Amino acid sequence: MTAHPLHIGFIPLVDAAALIVAVDQGFARDEGLDVTLVREVSWSNVRDKLNIGLFDAAHLLAPVAIASSLGLGHVKVPIVASFNLGLNGNAITVSPALHAALMAEVDGDPFDPMVTALALSRVVANRRKAGAEPLTFGMTFPFSTHNYQLRFWMAAGGVDPDEDVRLVVLPPPYMVNSLASGHVDAFCVGAPWNSVAVDLGVGHILHFVADIFQRAAEKVLAVRQDWSEKNPEVLAALTRAHVQAAGFIEDPANRDEVAAILAQPDRIGVSPEVLLRTMDGRLKISPDGVRRESRRYLLVGREGAGRPDPRQAAWLYAQMVRWGQAPLSAALQQTAEAVFRPDLYDAALGVVGTVNNDIPDAVGAFAGPAFDPQNIAAHLASFEIANMKG
Amino acid sequence: MAAEQSPKIVIVDESPIRAAILEEGLREAGYVDVQHIREMHNLLARIYALDPDVIVIDLENPSRDVLEQMFQVSRAVRRPVAMFVDQSDSEAARASVDAGVSSYIVDGLKKERIKPILDLCISRFNAFSKLQDELERTKSALEDRKIIDRAKGIVMKLKGLTEEEAYVLLRSTAMREKKKIGDIAQSIITAAELLK
Repeated sequence: MTAHPLHIGFIPLVDAAALIVAVDQGFARDEGLDVTLVREVSWSNVRDKLNIGLFDAAHLLAPVAIASSLGLGHVKVPIVASFNLGLNGNAITVSPALHAALMAEVDGDPFDPMVTALALSRVVANRRKAGAEPLTFGMTFPFSTHNYQLRFWMAAGGVDPDEDVRLVVLPPPYMVNSLASGHVDAFCVGAPWNSVAVDLGVGHILHFVADIFQRAAEKVLAVRQDWSEKNPEVLAALTRAHVQAAGFIEDPANRDEVAAILAQPDRIGVSPEVLLRTMDGRLKISPDGVRRESRRYLLVGREGAGRPDPRQAAWLYAQMVRWGQAPLSAALQQTAEAVFRPDLYDAALGVVGTVNNDIPDAVGAFAGPAFDPQNIAAHLASFEIANMKG
Repeated sequence: MAAEQSPKIVIVDESPIRAAILEEGLREAGYVDVQHIREMHNLLARIYALDPDVIVIDLENPSRDVLEQMFQVSRAVRRPVAMFVDQSDSEAARASVDAGVSSYIVDGLKKERIKPILDLCISRFNAFSKLQDELERTKSALEDRKIIDRAKGIVMKLKGLTEEEAYVLLRSTAMREKKKIGDIAQSIITAAELLK
């Protein structure tokens, strides 16, 4: 039997690890797939090439998959995800100047996001009094976890992300330069860019996103719904290759090998040492060398991370509603939830999956009530700051 | 065209040559108001300063994602923007992606007015790729010429042949081994260097 050819797009970020290892370590080939990986420069390109069929599958921001299925901001193309490429993995990095300003206002543990969010609100108020320009925060895409994570964090401290600061989209490779040049005061981005900023001495990692959420769905393995219906066997094989790859990545014995694969110039193309820091969740957080560890920094397959959880899709949809990107309706919520397909994951593995119960509401946010997908309206009403449509 | 004012078009492209080719094409077609942004730093502010009706960007540019922010309704965005996509025409979308270009329209410029602009961008982008391919081929042909000349010199010296005879030997060897004459010449140079 000849191998089934597939073209899969990705952005050079550490959370593409399961996809890259599935291909380069031969798990995809063992499943009868002949995958060509295509490195892309923008999420818009990945989305468009998946939409028009130049890609069979893609490493995609989970909110972009949902926005595409809802027809938000662009052409409506239903997308499904049979595998979650990663949970968490982002961090918030601030300039040395903003770091100093925040630390001067911090009242409590600086690793507690509520403490830093309240400090931020005081910095914002001080700047306003002094007539300074609002702070600018960089994030990667309008429909991105980074956008929602920054907003959730600062709003908890009383900072209105649409009124009190500026949020701007920046391509990840430009983040570090923009921070160094003062174009932005802070950013939220995935690995390796936070570490790059710290290594160059232009940023301090203020928070791991794992401080803000216990389980934040980040990137998914996305395919068009019509493609998934026409190619169920191929998708199952691809999903199995990813499950294998995720297991391989999470085994500490394989870490050096995985870092060497990901470090290749046509893959992620940064030093293996930076990749190891990310995978081990042991990051240098300030230019003077201070380190911080979190086992939850990035989950690839551990704790059931690979199995898509529709409650997380509902949570992402709720953020789109909270910030005025989508209206609230039961039909839209249902469409959003249907993007995350644990049934396809289970079918591929031939098991009946179980829900991870460690985090009862599937998200585990540091502030606000537990997420309730049954009543998004009431859930959102409990937040003081929001910018809903109409 | 005379009846309506020419829309203001901004080309976002880090390649000055490609942008010039595109700009020339647009001007020839009667679009007189064309501007080029090369510097990606603070891109949105630059675009707002020019206040265009149409934005054209190449797909190799990571700043495409920055433009997507302009679809959002927010304080940071002055005039809403949409990507030019004809939902009924997936061929057009494919042609655009294949050519490596994407277009955005500001504030509801009519589709029939943007279609010819997009078509022109696609054909000019394709023309640029062709030009680049030809340039690459010419470059490698030149490289081959140099290598073949060196190999000829080696053969002439070692076997006491004339230039003509040396070339015939290279060519017939290439034909017999079904290889390019440049490759044969390269192996001769490598071998000669090894045996020095």
